[in-house]
Amino acid sequence: MTPLAQRVLSSKLLGALTAPHGVDRYLEQINPMWAATEVRARVVEVVRETSGEHPVATVRLQPTTTWRGHRAGQYVQVGVEVPGARRTTRCFSISSAESGPGEEFTITVRAHAEGLVSKFLVHDAEPGLTVHLSQAEGAFTLSESPATPTNNRLLYVTGGSGITPAMSHLRTLLRDGYDGRANRKVTFVHYARSPEDQIFAEELQRIAWADNDVSVHLRYGDDVFTEAALRRLVPDFRQTDTWACGPAPMMDLVREAYGDSPRLRTEFFKLSTRPAGTETAEGEVTFAREGSTAANTGESLLEQAEARGLTPEFGCRMGICFSCVSRKTEGTVRNVLTGEESSLPDEEVRICVSAPVGDCVVDL
Amino acid sequence: MTTDTHTRMSDEQLEKFGEEMDAIRQRVIADLGEADATYIRGIVKKQRQLEVAGRALMYLPPAWPLAVASLSVSKILDNMEIGHNVMHGQYDWMGDPGLNSRMYEWDNVCPSSQWKYSHNYIHHTFTNVLGKDRDIGYGILRMDEDQKWHPYYLGNPVYAFLLMVFFEWGVAMHDLEVENLVAGKRSISENKALHAGIMKKVKTQALKDYLLFPALTGPLFPLTLAGNATANLVRNVWAFNIIFCGHFPAGVATFSEEECEDESRGHWYYRQLLGSANISGSKLLHLMSGNLSHQIEHHLFPDIPARRYPEIAEEVREICERYGIAYNTGPLHRQLGSVAKKICKMALPTRRSKATDPGTVVDHKLAA
Ligand code: FES
Repeated sequence: MTPLAQRVLSSKLLGALTAPHGVDRYLEQINPMWAATEVRARVVEVVRETSGEHPVATVRLQPTTTWRGHRAGQYVQVGVEVPGARRTTRCFSISSAESGPGEEFTITVRAHAEGLVSKFLVHDAEPGLTVHLSQAEGAFTLSESPATPTNNRLLYVTGGSGITPAMSHLRTLLRDGYDGRANRKVTFVHYARSPEDQIFAEELQRIAWADNDVSVHLRYGDDVFTEAALRRLVPDFRQTDTWACGPAPMMDLVREAYGDSPRLRTEFFKLSTRPAGTETAEGEVTFAREGSTAANTGESLLEQAEARGLTPEFGCRMGICFSCVSRKTEGTVRNVLTGEESSLPDEEVRICVSAPVGDCVVDL
Repeated sequence: MTTDTHTRMSDEQLEKFGEEMDAIRQRVIADLGEADATYIRGIVKKQRQLEVAGRALMYLPPAWPLAVASLSVSKILDNMEIGHNVMHGQYDWMGDPGLNSRMYEWDNVCPSSQWKYSHNYIHHTFTNVLGKDRDIGYGILRMDEDQKWHPYYLGNPVYAFLLMVFFEWGVAMHDLEVENLVAGKRSISENKALHAGIMKKVKTQALKDYLLFPALTGPLFPLTLAGNATANLVRNVWAFNIIFCGHFPAGVATFSEEECEDESRGHWYYRQLLGSANISGSKLLHLMSGNLSHQIEHHLFPDIPARRYPEIAEEVREICERYGIAYNTGPLHRQLGSVAKKICKMALPTRRSKATDPGTVVDHKLAA
């Protein structure tokens, strides 16, 4: 769509004429790739990166013109309608170099055993599929620290799928003419389970061999992150602008190594850990906005919230009026009326008829 | 017409009855999926097409009646099969923001947030409980003989007619509880926030239908204005009639606050059943009424997608037969006639004693 068309579509007049539904609710009926404010994308290509138990694929997306572009290191929320017509949304790091408004970009996804969306994207997504997007978010971007305004050396320490946002950085640097002559040496250290699990292996190889002042160090298996090894590679790592991203245990070690150095920027990858469904009250219930955590009593979330002095909105207290709907961000809840359990993160639940099963976090 | 058969249910029977209802609910919820999503998306598409067609046909003066018809049907679908049902959370499971109860706003002057409070919460929780369910007469009409008669109610048929014509406005004003203001049970300050919400919505609605779209048709301004107003009127009249057939035909029971204290789940279902009435008819009638022609099933399972009500109805009827519970249904003309009769009858003071009046069944305190 042309910029003029875009301006018309997001005009106040069109907004008033399409009230109360809004322009997008009409446009989507004609073509899912037309949008005034919402962002959607069409899958253009799905490339298998690794196979094995948790295969990884790179999905190339052509977004609507409403996409404002992304900076290296950001992520995007992707919503897909998995069979059964339930739209589920997850965050994925963008793996391609920085994009401009409306420009194509890629996400690289590992299919987790419990990841409804990741499994769908890796196994079932095909060119032509429409997905729902947010704008790019996240602050793991290519910026220098205030103390060292320019021409710094850059260091990346990544593990597993954590390589994805760092790859976006690296690709952006190289695309934009980075060639080492500016004396900004880049060191890229990555830890993977095995060579078979290594994402972007060929590309990293090419980068390593090229004359560009980027040094690539790939470590496998038991060769895990240690402070000593990092010191050998980059003796003054604490004074080097560093971007680190990987699984939690590795990130703990990295943080320890850097102490309180302001040069470390981290991005955290959360793998869902949910306990198997049990009928007894176990675990802890957290009300995130209020910031309190306490043992799960087995009562409904509404009752547990009230017992802690919170006053969530409610009406019927029997599951019919939807006044009490709140966002459960983590954990499993059981509908006390139907016994049905659900463990999707970021799911809206009626707290008056939902009892937590094990650990549970609610946005209250 | 019902007699007092329903007073014969024992606590055990009520419990068994409640379990049977729960079982229906469970089965349908487990079965929700692709077909339901495809259905509602199809209806939304139809509604948008009819709306666009209606607006476009306004440019062709000879097609004016067609334009109005198209726009009317679009508004009816928007308010009933889509708006009403989506705002009940029937499609929340889809995770689609366009069909989510918290985000949906309908083509009606009543703001969705206020409607959800008075309808989903007050009306659906306290269905037909006198003094609590403000849908009994909407604070304007006398619809039950247990509402004390007053000379004001001589105007009952006139008020009903006006409410029908201005239904969307009546629904919007409903939340302000004007009757409680007059009675001194509510203070003006309680209405401030509500009032602001209503005014904002009224402005958007009026701007679109009574200014922008007419202006866009240039010299046809008056004709388009009249067309849009007519479409709103048609929607109002239709919605009023369908909704009044849901709770006010003869044979529908009302309840007192005491008998619903500490009510069991079984009794809740039972009250919803006795307090509602269906309209029998064609598929088209069900669609155009947002399946509120299955008011009974809707009150039993307000958050189940309405397209499931016809299939559920057969089971509910069978259960009612087994328990000897009246299932109030009839064709549109009969239910309408019955409602009209009640509106007129309630204009006058009640003379007969309650026990012999077949018009309204008042549930007796269940033998506990
Ligand atoms: S309070 Fe009514 S659904 Fe929870």
